Amino acid sequence: MTTTANTTGTRDAVVHEGRKSPRAFLDHARREAEERGLYDTLVVDMDCHHYESGAYREIAPYIDNPAIRRIFESYSLPAIQTSILPGNLGDRNVAGRIRGEQIDVVEHPPGADGMHPVAWSLLRSMRDMAIDYSILFPTPMLVLGVTPQPELEVGLARAYNRWLLKNVLPESDAIKTMLYLPLSDPDASASFIEEFADAPGVLGFLVTCVRYQPIHENRFMKVFAALDERKLPLAFHSAPNWGERSFEQMNRFIGVHALGFPFYAMVQMTNLIYNGIPERFPNIRFAFMEAGVAWLPFMVGRLDNEYRLRSSEAPLLTKMPGDYIRDFYYTSQPIEHFDKPEHMEMIFELFDGENRLLYSSDYPHQDFDLPSTITDLSFLSEEGKRKILGGNAAALFGLPDVKLQERHPGLFANGA
Amino acid sequence: MEMQVIEYRIGRAEGIVEGDGVLAELDGLEVGVFRVKGKLVAYENRCRHQGGPVCTGEVLGKYEQVLAPDKTVLAERFSGERLHIVCPWHGWEYDLETGQCAVDPGIRLRSLDVVERDGDVFVLA
Repeated sequence: MTTTANTTGTRDAVVHEGRKSPRAFLDHARREAEERGLYDTLVVDMDCHHYESGAYREIAPYIDNPAIRRIFESYSLPAIQTSILPGNLGDRNVAGRIRGEQIDVVEHPPGADGMHPVAWSLLRSMRDMAIDYSILFPTPMLVLGVTPQPELEVGLARAYNRWLLKNVLPESDAIKTMLYLPLSDPDASASFIEEFADAPGVLGFLVTCVRYQPIHENRFMKVFAALDERKLPLAFHSAPNWGERSFEQMNRFIGVHALGFPFYAMVQMTNLIYNGIPERFPNIRFAFMEAGVAWLPFMVGRLDNEYRLRSSEAPLLTKMPGDYIRDFYYTSQPIEHFDKPEHMEMIFELFDGENRLLYSSDYPHQDFDLPSTITDLSFLSEEGKRKILGGNAAALFGLPDVKLQERHPGLFANGA
Repeated sequence: MEMQVIEYRIGRAEGIVEGDGVLAELDGLEVGVFRVKGKLVAYENRCRHQGGPVCTGEVLGKYEQVLAPDKTVLAERFSGERLHIVCPWHGWEYDLETGQCAVDPGIRLRSLDVVERDGDVFVLA
């Protein structure tokens, strides 16, 4: 059939001042959410971030160690990033092609009405993405686990946790966290659980995957025991690390980024399962974060096969490794794309994705995922989508079904 | 079949320079209008990935590696022939001339017809 255009009139378009002129970075996210009815569904973002580097001056007073405190009180940000904290080499933004937005503490934004800037910015991005709860995490601290100075990891982590609980979480019941455990010091980690487990807004604890402390060692059992006693979730948050010896062979960050997240998650998961940690501590609900889902069928097949061949090396197991994998939780971002939906459907089946996957955005990082990445999975039922978007997380953490608009109606007013 | 369209006046043609464009709103529809190889093209401002504001992104030459006859890499460069527009959300790249996704030509930006008349540029929507 041929279609012909019949011009019915002429109007003036509204031309913007500059094509790349500053616009709200998530302008389009609201439209995507509205088109999919996401403002009528509970959405829990299991993994979002801010750049705590913008808040070092605020965090410094919470640091107990006087030498470390002095550094964070007085050094410039570049000095801290280059000479104090582990670096994280790799151009995230592809030579400036990606225009990320940093949720940073720079100055109090206009209209913040006294709300802490981190919370103020976060609530706005939540509104635009139709997110009702955000589980908030830091950014540079994701590789703090490779510092050769355990006292730095402990000192900064304790200070950051206290600062977050005092300044950001109280601003909204929609903002939660899983607090950082400095695993280089298991005694300190156990004390963190003691100090922070009952704090408002704390849903559990976090271990960063990029580290070289083998979690199976006896010295870490007190940490797992403390979590098990309190029936708390423990998440393993991954990251890329170009400093990894094998990754030094890669000349582009694309390779490091592609493999790094699942690689470190695989190491932690393998140690966790083969050393029977879930058997020893059955009350801990484990989660793996920011490695996507495509690695999971590999882990099921590979760990199961090796266990069949070498079961005496994993004597504590009472079931197949794949069964433990289907007991764990996973955050969705960065969810992979397959041209054939049935391939992703198979992956979901292998790890019980409908019941174990937890939507996450990873906003404002450069590969963030909108909730549409879940609603647009054609093989999922509507019930399955609702579970992954928020139902699974709500059940795991006991979150009441309260929409962001109910908590913060002013956020949704014109001009907010 | 007849489709009713409105001509939206974007502005003077000389206001859209080679290798760049303007962002305009046509009764709620956002479009980017660009000049590429002298020709005017228009696309809906909506990335096919997750709906990001693609037409507000960087316009760069396609990045190329030049190989020597022995297949070693001689040089790297931005193409002088082929321009890409890059979505600022996640970096998806599209051929600016055709709207095709750089890595999956089966995916395209939604294009709109552009008309130049008496020195003015119009997009039909």
